[in-house]
Amino acid sequence: MQETLEKILQTYHESEGNVISLLQEIEESFGYLPEDAINWFSEQLDIPPSRFYGIATFYAQFHLKPRGENIITACCGTACHVKGAEKLINSLMRELQIPSGEDTSEDRKFTVEKVNCVGACSIAPVVIINKEVHGKMTADRLMKEIRKIK
Amino acid sequence: MAMQEGSIVVKVCMGTGGIAAGGAAVVSAFREEFESAGVRASVEKNCSVHNVGCRGFCARDVLVDVIVGGEKTTYEYIKSDMVPRIVEEHILQGRPIEEWVVKEDYHTFHEKQVKVVLSDCGEVDPEDIESYVSRGGYSALEKVLATMTPEETIGLIKDSGLRGRGGAGFPAGLKWEFARKAAGEPKYLICNADEGDPGAFMDRSIIEGNPHSVIEGMVIGAYAIGARKGYVYIRAEYPLAVERLKIALDQARRRRVLGDDIGGRGFDFDIRIKLGAGAFVCGEETALIASIEGNRGMPRAKPPFPAQKGLWGKPTVINNVETLANVPYIVRNGAGWFAQFGTEKSKGTKVFALTGKVKNSGLIEVPLGISLREIIYDIGGGIEGGRRLKAVQTGGPSGGCITNEMIDIAVDYESLAKAGSIVGSGGMVVMDETDCMVNIAKYFLEFTQAESCGKCVPCRIGTKRLLEILQRITDGRGRPGDVELLEKLSNDVRSASLCGLGQTAPNPVLSTLRYFRNEYEAHIHEKRCPAGVCKNLLTYSILEEFCKGCTMCARVCPAGAIVGEKKKPHKIIEEICVKCGACFEICKFKAVKKG
Repeated sequence: MQETLEKILQTYHESEGNVISLLQEIEESFGYLPEDAINWFSEQLDIPPSRFYGIATFYAQFHLKPRGENIITACCGTACHVKGAEKLINSLMRELQIPSGEDTSEDRKFTVEKVNCVGACSIAPVVIINKEVHGKMTADRLMKEIRKIK
Repeated sequence: MAMQEGSIVVKVCMGTGGIAAGGAAVVSAFREEFESAGVRASVEKNCSVHNVGCRGFCARDVLVDVIVGGEKTTYEYIKSDMVPRIVEEHILQGRPIEEWVVKEDYHTFHEKQVKVVLSDCGEVDPEDIESYVSRGGYSALEKVLATMTPEETIGLIKDSGLRGRGGAGFPAGLKWEFARKAAGEPKYLICNADEGDPGAFMDRSIIEGNPHSVIEGMVIGAYAIGARKGYVYIRAEYPLAVERLKIALDQARRRRVLGDDIGGRGFDFDIRIKLGAGAFVCGEETALIASIEGNRGMPRAKPPFPAQKGLWGKPTVINNVETLANVPYIVRNGAGWFAQFGTEKSKGTKVFALTGKVKNSGLIEVPLGISLREIIYDIGGGIEGGRRLKAVQTGGPSGGCITNEMIDIAVDYESLAKAGSIVGSGGMVVMDETDCMVNIAKYFLEFTQAESCGKCVPCRIGTKRLLEILQRITDGRGRPGDVELLEKLSNDVRSASLCGLGQTAPNPVLSTLRYFRNEYEAHIHEKRCPAGVCKNLLTYSILEEFCKGCTMCARVCPAGAIVGEKKKPHKIIEEICVKCGACFEICKFKAVKKG
């Protein structure tokens, strides 16, 4: 971990970065923002951790808890909404047994997240499974895709 | 990618839609075929395969153009396993495969469109600067630097009547003039690519399809206002657009149309990419600036406007992607040419993302002032499944809806505003009789409530209360007086909020109340959802006379709420039913009743 942190710090200095780009680097490296990492940077840069948390909780991109091995992103844009995104999400939550109010399964194999719009509205509803975009999704096809990686 | 006589060019749509439909596999299938010895020997000519950006009609992806000796054939729904036959029959034997060629509606989809910004999208290879240059790219920049003063450049854009395409429609030339005249150095130019409206993808497609047009527009804008440094603030949710923009910036620097001493004419300007971290409010100018500075993206009161005090307190112009992408075409063809499209006050063309329950969904570019009917029926091909049009939502969460009765309305800034909606960034979501308007209003409020930055009270608390009222109405707990309460609260939030987000957040509520008040009343007084959408107001039951006892419904029911013997009518146990609708969808005999 230390090595990664040092490297991020170096890019931060070299590229006249700011707190957001720093957090983006941490998120990119670890998949979330580990508390230890934040505290370490706080000390190195003499910026209070509260500032990091203030920014991290403001933007949707940052996560304070570790996420699942497989990330399933359901688009909730308007076009996807009218084409039944909510049904897809409900069936995902049931299939993966993710407790209500949570987004990650207990074995940390799956995280289901909603995004506002991925801008692929003409192939709505859209689900992104591990960065691969699937358009015109149906509950049936979605379950088949999920069972492939389950 | 210049066309040579006798050459064979294949263009494969590789926008997000194209890739999702398997575009990459189609490209490599063509490459493999062309590599195979037999084909090479018989073609003996220049054969090339190109990725091109979005051509709008994503519903038909993967779209493939095969151009043999200047003769273009467009195929739709192409998969990689269809490629060998195309190469064999069309390219080698010269017989296009009729049954895979696009049908009549592909042409009607394009007929009423006028392409300015999108004219090169789907034609140029977005990862190859030469391809843009061969179609006149960067000639506008050359013209500006060689023959025009910054003031003349601003004058030209003012004369063209170009207005901001991001939402508010502020005249672009005027904005540039303010920044030009403002005191303070250095000045900045920011391209706003934080396309946050759900249901909109104009900016993504432009950057994915023709990133150089945006870069050229930015360099011209920077020259006009006197900026040395620019930023593209782009959503991290658009990885492909970011990637293509990076490639384009590198190529532009190497070609010296970006960086120091551009074109050898002593003008310096460079562009950096800033990735947005996911906050809708950052589309607001002052919030966007706060975000680039590395802070929470919260707006501040205006004035001072960014043109006076923007990034790091310096004069800053923020233009939307589509606005900037128009600039090179206006410079190349003249202000008068651009102004011939559109209406008196809304000049030029606008790109819309036409989606929802319309047959031909996709990206379209039309002259402002076109009627909504032409968009939905001529370009869009009408409503899916032969159902009836109910409303068209324009302008996303800041906009409103246009009803079926108003379908002949002219689509321009003024007419839509009069109808209680906005052009906005260009999202156009078509809804039919199976969509509940109260649910749609709730959907948008969920969005704005979650995205409210929390700085000012009317927006933070007002949107929360609005959402709570809508929630209880759709849950069947609506109270008499709720409609009036929604109206009053909406007006308060609208007039008292700090920034555009809060000021426009009640629009979807006000607009649906104005046109669909009876739906609200049905929810509140009769505890009924006329469109059959709101879950808590629905019950599912099986019509005995139609049920054949095929057991399909019992098998798909996730809750085990359906019981019955094989070949005998089944029954839904209401207490266990989770109202997911799976039985309703699977039943072939229309025996499941929703209502």
